[in-house]
Amino acid sequence: MPDLYRVAIVGSGPAGLSAAAHAAALGMTHVLLEKTDHLSDTIFKYQKGKHVMATPSNLVLRSDLDFDAGKREFILDTWNRQIEEGKVNVRFDAEVVEIAGSIGAFEIKLKNGDTVQAESVVMSIGTQGNPNMLRCPGSDHKMIQYQLDDPGEYVDEHITVIGSGDAGIENALGLAADEAQRNIVSILNRNAEFARAKAANVALLEEAEANGRIFVRRETNPAEVKDGELVLETRDGTETIPCDRIIARTGSQAPRKFVESCGIDFTSEDRAAFPQLTPSFETTQAGVHVIGALAGYPLIKHCMNQGYDVIEFLNGNLDLKPADEPILAEKFAALPGTRSVEEWLEVFNKNIVILEELSPLQMRELMLDSDVRHYGMGDVIFVRNDPGSSMFAIAEGSVEVEVNPDDASITVPIEQGTIFGEVGLISGRKRGATIKAAEPTTVIELSRGAALKLIATVPAAGRAVNRITIERQLLQMFGSGLNKDDVAELVEAAELVDVPSGKTVIEEGADDKDIYVIQRGSMIVEKDIGGKPVFLSYLPAGSYFGEMAVIDGSARTATVKAAIKAQVVRFPGEVFTALMERKPQLRERTMEDMASRREVNEFIEGQKDSFSGAVDMYSQTAQFLVDNGLGEATDVLLIDEKLCVGCDNCEKACADSHEGLSRLDREAGRTYAHLHVPTSCRHCEHPHCMADCPPNAIKRGPDGEVFIDETCIGCGNCQRNCPYGVIRMDAKPPKKPSLLSWLLFGAGPGPGEASYDWRSKKSAKEGATQPKTAIKCDMCAGIKGGPACVRACPTGAAIRVAPEKFLTFTKLVEGAD
Amino acid sequence: MASKAQSKSARKGNFAFNEKRRNTDHSSFLTHKGFLWMWIALILSGASIYGYMTIEVEPRHNGGSWFGYTLGTIGALLILWLTMLGVRKRRMSAGHWSLKAWTSAHVYLGLALVVVGTLHTGFQFGWNIHTLAYGLMLFVIVSGIYGITVYASLPRALSNNRNEMTRGEMVEALAALDRQLESAAQPLARANSDRVIAALKADVFSAGFTARLTGAYPLCATSRAFAAFSKGANDEAQERVLTLLERRKDQLGQIRRQMRLKALLEVWLFIHIPTTIALIAALTAHIVSVFYYW
Repeated sequence: MPDLYRVAIVGSGPAGLSAAAHAAALGMTHVLLEKTDHLSDTIFKYQKGKHVMATPSNLVLRSDLDFDAGKREFILDTWNRQIEEGKVNVRFDAEVVEIAGSIGAFEIKLKNGDTVQAESVVMSIGTQGNPNMLRCPGSDHKMIQYQLDDPGEYVDEHITVIGSGDAGIENALGLAADEAQRNIVSILNRNAEFARAKAANVALLEEAEANGRIFVRRETNPAEVKDGELVLETRDGTETIPCDRIIARTGSQAPRKFVESCGIDFTSEDRAAFPQLTPSFETTQAGVHVIGALAGYPLIKHCMNQGYDVIEFLNGNLDLKPADEPILAEKFAALPGTRSVEEWLEVFNKNIVILEELSPLQMRELMLDSDVRHYGMGDVIFVRNDPGSSMFAIAEGSVEVEVNPDDASITVPIEQGTIFGEVGLISGRKRGATIKAAEPTTVIELSRGAALKLIATVPAAGRAVNRITIERQLLQMFGSGLNKDDVAELVEAAELVDVPSGKTVIEEGADDKDIYVIQRGSMIVEKDIGGKPVFLSYLPAGSYFGEMAVIDGSARTATVKAAIKAQVVRFPGEVFTALMERKPQLRERTMEDMASRREVNEFIEGQKDSFSGAVDMYSQTAQFLVDNGLGEATDVLLIDEKLCVGCDNCEKACADSHEGLSRLDREAGRTYAHLHVPTSCRHCEHPHCMADCPPNAIKRGPDGEVFIDETCIGCGNCQRNCPYGVIRMDAKPPKKPSLLSWLLFGAGPGPGEASYDWRSKKSAKEGATQPKTAIKCDMCAGIKGGPACVRACPTGAAIRVAPEKFLTFTKLVEGAD
Repeated sequence: MASKAQSKSARKGNFAFNEKRRNTDHSSFLTHKGFLWMWIALILSGASIYGYMTIEVEPRHNGGSWFGYTLGTIGALLILWLTMLGVRKRRMSAGHWSLKAWTSAHVYLGLALVVVGTLHTGFQFGWNIHTLAYGLMLFVIVSGIYGITVYASLPRALSNNRNEMTRGEMVEALAALDRQLESAAQPLARANSDRVIAALKADVFSAGFTARLTGAYPLCATSRAFAAFSKGANDEAQERVLTLLERRKDQLGQIRRQMRLKALLEVWLFIHIPTTIALIAALTAHIVSVFYYW
């Protein structure tokens, strides 16, 4: 073993393994440091038999190790064998705690006190992080463990679970499940409530507590861990309980702090930021490289390719073209001229303001998730009211915006280098205007994911996008009489405010005079009538409010608060007043809007005098719907339980319209005044499910539907991120016999979703087990006639509606029955 | 890339259509499109009655006159079309159809059949296949009227009783109570624990036809055990079992009310559909015999 390795690789996930394998193949002296006693811990921890996918399918694998879609066991076996055959130098149980020194002479300290010397370091530690340690004396005691693999392993033990999240509760329940194990299980919660856990888990825990199977200790902290006992700090003082094992499930620490302690800078303070990297994956600490998920590439294939690439770079092969080169070449093939991929990237980098600060590596990554297009003069890029959440940047040429829907000849130019379509990205709403190419124009269409990542990681890009959004939103809202210069002062004075769900922005009776525009999320307007708040109206993103007080100088006439986590832009009232004085058409426009809003308010107030019950009903139903996620919905399934006979034809129709699995649960969900919100996708404006999808498989389609495409890898992130529980993970079922053969001969399971039993038996018989993928409502996009659940309802109980259209007095009160 | 590009081009939307749907007016199968099908049914019935009153048929109105044949043909075609609801409901094909519209038409045209069919008979009845077909038709319609009534009146009760719980949750709640009861009954004396065991052993879901429809379960072991314990629960263990038994009784009550309402909503179909099949058989015999003995 040499004293100084050419390269030390930290972490043996797909990226680190691939790097180590290539270093071994090149005969480079190397060491692979893995903190556990096995390779590739993340995949190791997948459930048994899980089907691992190999997306993107068009990306060539460049690695000394084999990888293709298949079962977890097969993949791990292959890697274990190839790592052994390749004579890779692996050091297990080697957790790195510090990387000191500089290029050519790094000193890597391990947890057990050993040090490893290396000329360069490749960090491929992923984003899993380390579990949080207990913060009390004895926190390094050997009876503490941070994971529970098999609850059936332990018998006759006093076991204490620390942590009040789902992981802790599930562990405690698992340990106490079988009485024959005779374990005495306690769970500690430092608060009085289990607020972070799923309601179903809390219910099970409370039941177990009532039966005396688990001791639940609330408002209790561990104070000290000793041999065979645990000292607790309770509300009434300290207490010592016997303890043979402690399972600590108090969350984990993201690896960022450790990475930063190694002298590596991140692109921004944002939680979503990644380390700053050169095209050869080198960080701001010369000689230390970061690859894989930690570098922002969560897919296995990307990781393995980078492992190979980084070793090639270290070996001096600086001309190596990234593996994505052919993909980009294909993307750019349709563009005019004869520029190479590199030349195009340079053009984009130089011409487009928001991309200026991007490194070539970031440019490549951005382009993988984006499209480039060329338009001839006069070609339409998108049409007003098209749904769309992507953002465009003009690389060469310019476009014009048709600002007036009634007169296509009135246009406003947008010049080279800037962006458009950002409103769809920020608010999730449909396109506000038609845009055409003013000359031969090349644009980049950044997918929502790519654009959001750009905004999060490059602060300057974020600021630029915000400024342009505010300006455009103002121009669009107040019509064609204004231009950029008119609103410049307003844009300058604008302030972006985050509003948590339920927080009041304007208080009825107050005499502040600011005016607001909703940039994302939505608001509800309430008025105090007879001592009770009465719901007046719903304001979706893209609307403005607060104008009444500005115009007539009165006190606020109603309360406006956030229906859901929102972002508003605040403009000082006096700047707006000044603009209105200069531009009478703005004043007229605002007065018109104000008059129609007053009318709605007065109507409801008037109803309150004569039909108080109806107004209460309207107000409470609207509030109920907002509480159930309508504030961020664009298209939601509602069931009028005054009409629902419980036939479940909606679920059956859903299953039969989509490969045999239902994407809705009619019975589950909340009900108020016989209006039921079933468990079914609301097609949120800013879908939570999209937040963390490794292959970017979740997209918004042309009808406004949020759908999952065939590149889903079945990781389950979207299912965990959805606050409404509308995504299920399941395998595509085998084909059923036809309806006629069921009607006549009783063949197969009949209409609707086949039972789990039938599906698994049939697919076992056919010998083609399908991997589990994420399944959710796609609004029956592409199916003529629209959503099957609504079409198949025999009584008219099921409807799919948009909240801004449904949350009106007429629809909620007069339209019922 | 190819597959990705394909799926993108396959996603041609119809945004305007969806926007209209999202702004839908909310109406039931009875009020669908401003009672469109009710008006059509009334016009059909009115025209039949008007024809019956004004058209002279010698010697008297009967099924064999040209007017009688016309009504008979309309009636037979209607019956065949009305049965197609059963297929429409189960065949989830694409297209701009709505089952609500079908139900609406089914209900009102089915009711109009009373008029059309009766006038077709010319009020000539006898103990023959023809009157059998007529009788079966009326029987189907009467069962359908029951169906309309329960569809219009029971869903609220179903919703109220469900109280935001799913079937699964109700069963799970019962199972949870059972687990608690089982451990709570451990300290009890033999006679008392036998009562609890009897309650736990009884199969909640095997109920007779009448019990299911009436919701009355006179032999319910849980109620009996509850009655026995409430007479004299004199220690902590018995108190605990008593509380649990009461909760079990309530939970059973909810499940049984749910089963009863569902049964009331479905029971008529067990008459409506077999009788329809019998009606079609009788109708076929009626038509064949009429033409055979022409």
